[in-house]
Amino acid sequence: MYSRLSNVLCGTYFIAIYGFIFLPVAVLVLYSFQDGTLPIPPFNGVTFKWYSEVFADSKLMSALANSIIVAVLSSIIACLLGFCAAYALSRYRLPGSAFQRILITAPMTVSYLIIALGLLVLFNWMGIRLSLWTVGVGHVVINLPLCFAIIYASMGDHQKNIERAARDLGANNFQVMLLITAPMLMPSILAALFLSITFSWDEFIISFLLSRFDVTLPVEIWSLLRSGLNPKTNAIGSLVFLLSVGLLIILELFVFRQRSPK
Amino acid sequence: MTADVSLLNLSKAFNGVAALNDVSLEINAGEFIVLLGPSGCGKSTLLSIIGGFLAASSGKVFIGGKDMTSVPPSVRPTTTMFQDYALFPHMSLRDNVAFGLKMRKVGRKERNHTADTFLDMVGLKASANRKPHELSGGQRQRVALARALSVSPDLLLLDEPLGALDMKLRRQMQDELKAIQKEIGTTFIHVTHDQEEAMAIADRIVVMNQGAIEGLGKPSDIYMRPQSLFSAGFMGEVNLISGTVTTINKQQYTIKTKIGSFELLADAFVNSEPQVGKDVTLCIRPEQISARSDAGRNLKPLIPAKILSSAFFGTHFRCLLAPDLAPELRLIAHLPQSSEMLQGSVVDLVFDTANMTVLLSA
Repeated sequence: MYSRLSNVLCGTYFIAIYGFIFLPVAVLVLYSFQDGTLPIPPFNGVTFKWYSEVFADSKLMSALANSIIVAVLSSIIACLLGFCAAYALSRYRLPGSAFQRILITAPMTVSYLIIALGLLVLFNWMGIRLSLWTVGVGHVVINLPLCFAIIYASMGDHQKNIERAARDLGANNFQVMLLITAPMLMPSILAALFLSITFSWDEFIISFLLSRFDVTLPVEIWSLLRSGLNPKTNAIGSLVFLLSVGLLIILELFVFRQRSPK
Repeated sequence: MTADVSLLNLSKAFNGVAALNDVSLEINAGEFIVLLGPSGCGKSTLLSIIGGFLAASSGKVFIGGKDMTSVPPSVRPTTTMFQDYALFPHMSLRDNVAFGLKMRKVGRKERNHTADTFLDMVGLKASANRKPHELSGGQRQRVALARALSVSPDLLLLDEPLGALDMKLRRQMQDELKAIQKEIGTTFIHVTHDQEEAMAIADRIVVMNQGAIEGLGKPSDIYMRPQSLFSAGFMGEVNLISGTVTTINKQQYTIKTKIGSFELLADAFVNSEPQVGKDVTLCIRPEQISARSDAGRNLKPLIPAKILSSAFFGTHFRCLLAPDLAPELRLIAHLPQSSEMLQGSVVDLVFDTANMTVLLSA
């Protein structure tokens, strides 16, 4: 009796929590196939016309390309800088290392809006024109702390001894980093890379405030939304979601699974 | 390849605390040296200084006659075998062993060939394509050895390499290490806190305590003729009995102790000149004491003692005894496994005075 009740409660909770998270996405995806002009009930039938319109829209397509370029490049830079910072802070005795660590991770606690405003003021003052580059800089600023935190957490003393062995066998510092440390930490480096690509891919406020003519996909979607709801926005939203899920699956398959057997 | 090593007046302090105190040591090319001592005695510090991982506060390191004091580890003709193996987890065994050659710009074909030869030497040629995590502890240890030897170092440093292995495997690896060392002739410096391991593999043992060398010599000398009270106590069990030199009579010295008088030759005095009236300590190994009934020889003196407890150790009975003349003292004796040692019974002890040693009292 008691266990049946708890089973029912657990089931309800399960449905509620996943429904809460995924129902909006499901509705979004469903109405991207809406045969009609409004993405609202009733559902009139299935059509792929909105998707073909998305692929025919050159502004959306160039925004998509921009988003991919910015996400990949800024994430690689953020990972590289994060790895170097983590290596330095875990392998060398630096002045005020605790303080430096706090300083590097601090942007995680600051809202994206504040970071974007700060960068906007700075670029204005320096006379730098807004472009995809400035968006990229903004994304490095928000993703660097994340990359640093993930990579730093995986650097332990055991690897220190392995690096010592490499040095003992004749490797110089650069070779140790390139041939030993980076490959050993590859799972966490990839995790950091994929996470920051996903974050950059989704990011709106910084991209909105720091771009002008070339914009990223979330900004383009936002300007589409200003002209009202349209199944086309649902279609592009579904595509964005699909890509994020794809990245997540790659991450799970190639990064986290590799770790588990050890 | 091989080289001699000389260490001159090495000292090292960590934040003002001395870890090594004026250590000097000459090691011949091709020798198997074991640095033996309790944890914190400075043996690992000394090894790190020889390998170049630590800089000495003062003193010099010469390897093959060349001053290596301020040469970084990557350029020294030394390699190290670490206690936790420190294999590269993302590389196959072949790539692990070939890594040092790669750093020396040896071509892929040649270095893979050399790596296979060394993997063959340690019996792992068939596993060359496997990764370290697929191996057992003993196999990883062998890969670490092959990797360290693949670059033909003049000097191999072994930092408690067998510490993580079980007893049986450790014995087996000791024999293999010794055999490989004899075969290739490279100088080995091996750190351990296990005196049995030290005796099993060393050409010479260096006993260390509190940052200084307490004894140096062949395993049998270190055990039979310890040069300090610490060495005597660290190399297995010993009975230390204080006494005074009373008479000298034609190379025969009488030492009076609480449990009786012993007559010894001048040769027994390891670290001092015999002198009447001097306070000394007798070092008696448990196997140098026997009960009269099973001694067979006419050894002196006879000292009656009561058996307080005895335990069977396979090769012998380990007995705790209280001598009648000084019941507050405790003697440990290893008596033959065939003897029936009853608790509470009194036995007449005889001492093998020919092999006992005398040290200056601290």
